[in-house]
Amino acid sequence: MQHVSPVREPLVTGGKTYHDITQDVCRQVEAKPNIRWMAALSVALILLGVFIYSVYRTLWYGIGEWGLNKTVGWAWDITNFVWWVGIGHAGTLISAVLLLFRQKWRSSINRAAEAMTIFAVICAAMFPVLHMGRPWLAYFVFPLQNTFGSLWPNFNSPLLWDVFAISTYFSVSLVFWYIGLIPDFATIRDRATGPIAKRAYALLSMNWTGSAKAWSRYETVSLILAGVATPLVLSVHTIVSMDFATSVEPGWHTTIFPPYFVAGAIFSGFAMVLTLMLVTRVVFKLEDYITLEHIALMNKIMMITGSIVGVAYITEFFIAWYSQVEYEQYAFLNRATGPYWWAYATMMSCNVISPQVVWFRKVRYSIPLTFALSIVVNIGMWFERFVIIVTSLHRDYLPSSWAMFSPSIIDIGIYVGTIGLFFTLFLLFAKFFPVINMAEVKTILKYGVDNGPTYTGVHTHAHVAEPATVHGVPASAPVNYNKHD
Amino acid sequence: MTKRFALGIFDDEDVLLHAIENIRTAGVKIHDVFTPFPVHGIDDALGIERSRLPIAAFFFGLCGTSFALWMQIYMLGFDWPMIIGGKPNISLPAFIPITFELTVLFCAFGMVITFFTITKMYPKLKVNVMDKRATDDKFVMAIELKDGETNLSNLSQLLRDNGASEVNEKEMTKN
Repeated sequence: MQHVSPVREPLVTGGKTYHDITQDVCRQVEAKPNIRWMAALSVALILLGVFIYSVYRTLWYGIGEWGLNKTVGWAWDITNFVWWVGIGHAGTLISAVLLLFRQKWRSSINRAAEAMTIFAVICAAMFPVLHMGRPWLAYFVFPLQNTFGSLWPNFNSPLLWDVFAISTYFSVSLVFWYIGLIPDFATIRDRATGPIAKRAYALLSMNWTGSAKAWSRYETVSLILAGVATPLVLSVHTIVSMDFATSVEPGWHTTIFPPYFVAGAIFSGFAMVLTLMLVTRVVFKLEDYITLEHIALMNKIMMITGSIVGVAYITEFFIAWYSQVEYEQYAFLNRATGPYWWAYATMMSCNVISPQVVWFRKVRYSIPLTFALSIVVNIGMWFERFVIIVTSLHRDYLPSSWAMFSPSIIDIGIYVGTIGLFFTLFLLFAKFFPVINMAEVKTILKYGVDNGPTYTGVHTHAHVAEPATVHGVPASAPVNYNKHD
Repeated sequence: MTKRFALGIFDDEDVLLHAIENIRTAGVKIHDVFTPFPVHGIDDALGIERSRLPIAAFFFGLCGTSFALWMQIYMLGFDWPMIIGGKPNISLPAFIPITFELTVLFCAFGMVITFFTITKMYPKLKVNVMDKRATDDKFVMAIELKDGETNLSNLSQLLRDNGASEVNEKEMTKN
């Protein structure tokens, strides 16, 4: 029997003990890979093969393999880049922003969400690097001396800011993720039986013993990393949006872009987190940790950011009319009614209309509907970037240069291939790393559970020993002494 | 050098916290406490000082800011000035994004490297732990046994009185 506080719902259900948490999370890591995982990995590896082939064609024959033309010089590559970077943002939002806001429910989803961030940024980075055409000269973007090739890079250029933003974002996220993994690697290390697992997890656990001083420093480091990662995540998509906003292109040259892109990034990121979590919780039997409450909360964030994006779309339209700039007005009319109207309609219905169903409680708590919605939002956000990039470029100032864009098979191959790359990395993570932050979930076990075992006083020695001698009782279960504080 | 420790194993963090207070009041020096998760209030109970890592983080961040500003001003302003879009060579507003990114980068990496160094964290093939359950569900209090000074049976009674479910002895070779 569990007493539930009237104010808060418990964050972990099922009356778990600390040991149960370790068991439930380590089970997947310690078990032999099951057939479903193998099947999923095979599909991901086939898609990864498609990626490798498409990259080979791009590098061997050049960018001409893509569907770009003289007018539309940026299309699927940058669309995919922005889409993937945006997806990554939810991970940092969950791990850093929600940490600063003391949202304790984040604990059971932050590990997988951060992994998603890192893999999404890896996928995103593929596109600008491949678009260089000669990626072996990619070091030209770094401020290296003249003898390495170019002059100093142009620090006024948003594309160079992007280089710094994305590489900082990737490396800081990786470090943040790894710091969080260390105590959990130590748990796996101390349970490991195989000789390879013992040594591998010992190396990864960095001599971690769980001493009080180490925990104290660990918490300080986590808090400061969260503090610096919060403005960092906002800066990354701001700078990505400046790639467009600082250019004198109708439909791009707007000051609303930074907040609009950041909201869109969080929106699509939460959709991807939901897609992944809804599958992970069932496959790895983690329903007690990633509860319906978590899904409802993520749905709410998705609905709010989706509404912000909706307001941004409408504001853009209003400002285009209000600015009295003919080109700007045409760019927006062309988006909605021109040859790419279907992309615009998909974007509007997927991003603005569909998340509004979350107002209904039944939808928020429904797994199939949430899963469907998360996929719809991901599609919608891909189209948002496509609409911004291609419809602005394909008809700009000079009507004689107007053109249409259609992707080549290699374009499609690279895009589908990065999905394969993403899922390959995610499946390997899910098998070999703990998908839930065990140490953090143990700290929230008693949250919202009333009458938990709380010590009553120094003088009653007999009572003190009591919870210790009762074995097999969940730490969150009520114990027979009074709660004072 | 080998040291001997008495290990009090606790099952609950609230019991542990009060045990720490009582045992310290009884005049026994606690070597260290190993827990599976950060226990709120354990720093105060053990008398651990607040970490000064935030100060280090601030100075690492400051290094990043200065380095980024110096780099951009030196490269575009002095080493090889170029006129870009008719703007001044040193156009500070355009330098802010990179300055911000490098501040964050230096701060994060500097602090993490400091954390690893002072906590003596490095990759090791075999890690000596007091009790393997300390990373799972037990809270382990280690008290050093010095010959002639501390008696295991007295200590064992004290630990059990304060709620320890087990008391073990462990020899650790200092590495």
